[in-house]
Amino acid sequence: MSAAGGLAKRSHQENWLPILELAIQEVFEIMLGCQVKPVEQSEHKANAEFTAIVGLAGALCGIMTVCCDANTARQIATCMLGDATGSEEQAADALGEICNMITGNFKNKLAGTDEQCMLSVPSVISGGKYTFRSLADGNSIETALLFEGAPVFVRLQLHS
Amino acid sequence: MDKIRALIVDDSSVMRKIVERSLRQAGIELDKVVEAANGAEALAALQSNVVDLILCDINMPVMDGLEFVRQVATVGIAKGVPIVMITTEGSESHVVQALSAGARGYIRKPFTPDQVKEHVLPLLGKQP
Repeated sequence: MSAAGGLAKRSHQENWLPILELAIQEVFEIMLGCQVKPVEQSEHKANAEFTAIVGLAGALCGIMTVCCDANTARQIATCMLGDATGSEEQAADALGEICNMITGNFKNKLAGTDEQCMLSVPSVISGGKYTFRSLADGNSIETALLFEGAPVFVRLQLHS
Repeated sequence: MDKIRALIVDDSSVMRKIVERSLRQAGIELDKVVEAANGAEALAALQSNVVDLILCDINMPVMDGLEFVRQVATVGIAKGVPIVMITTEGSESHVVQALSAGARGYIRKPFTPDQVKEHVLPLLGKQP
């Protein structure tokens, strides 16, 4: 990629945060019936007991991650299903599906990207003691939202 | 409306339950719900279950939803049974591929029960 091309791409990506936040808000509003708003990340400690991951390949290449604590993941599952079952398996499944929908919704909002970008099926890591090394070496866009008073962190890491 | 038998295909069990709930919220009475976690499981389920409606995700392991729709047409099972895709894949090319392969409807995730009603009821011969 030329330097000018790289600059243009980076400039586009800097405008993607509001699009990502809108994609997240729509998913929570439509699928969970609740409104979430972005919050200052530094005010909230990340307790990533559940991390959902969806890969992107093609015109947009990288990974989307959604992480939160175990109680929040169970709350998400409860809201999605409308009952208080709350098993760990359902919490992981629900968070994976939320990550999947956020990624798809975000991709569909980027003009010209949705046609040339594929998504992986979601994977979910349970437990917080892990080291994650991504090959996505480009820009990253990150936001945190409060759900039921607890932070949910969403991060898009892109290949350069 | 007569009760219907539905096959719901999605690798997420949470999403399968949400789709089932959305059908009920759309006023569709369900006689039976068969669940499958991917296209291959869905093909196997169709060998031993007669259904009136199929709702199917696209991105799934083992066999994806597009391949499932193609296989249904190729194998000739579930003839005339409407298939509606429910997926995060919202691109025009995915819609075209799905409809060309034999799907009769396409709903993008995230979706509301009203969208399910709007897309599914006409396929069952009812007004949304």
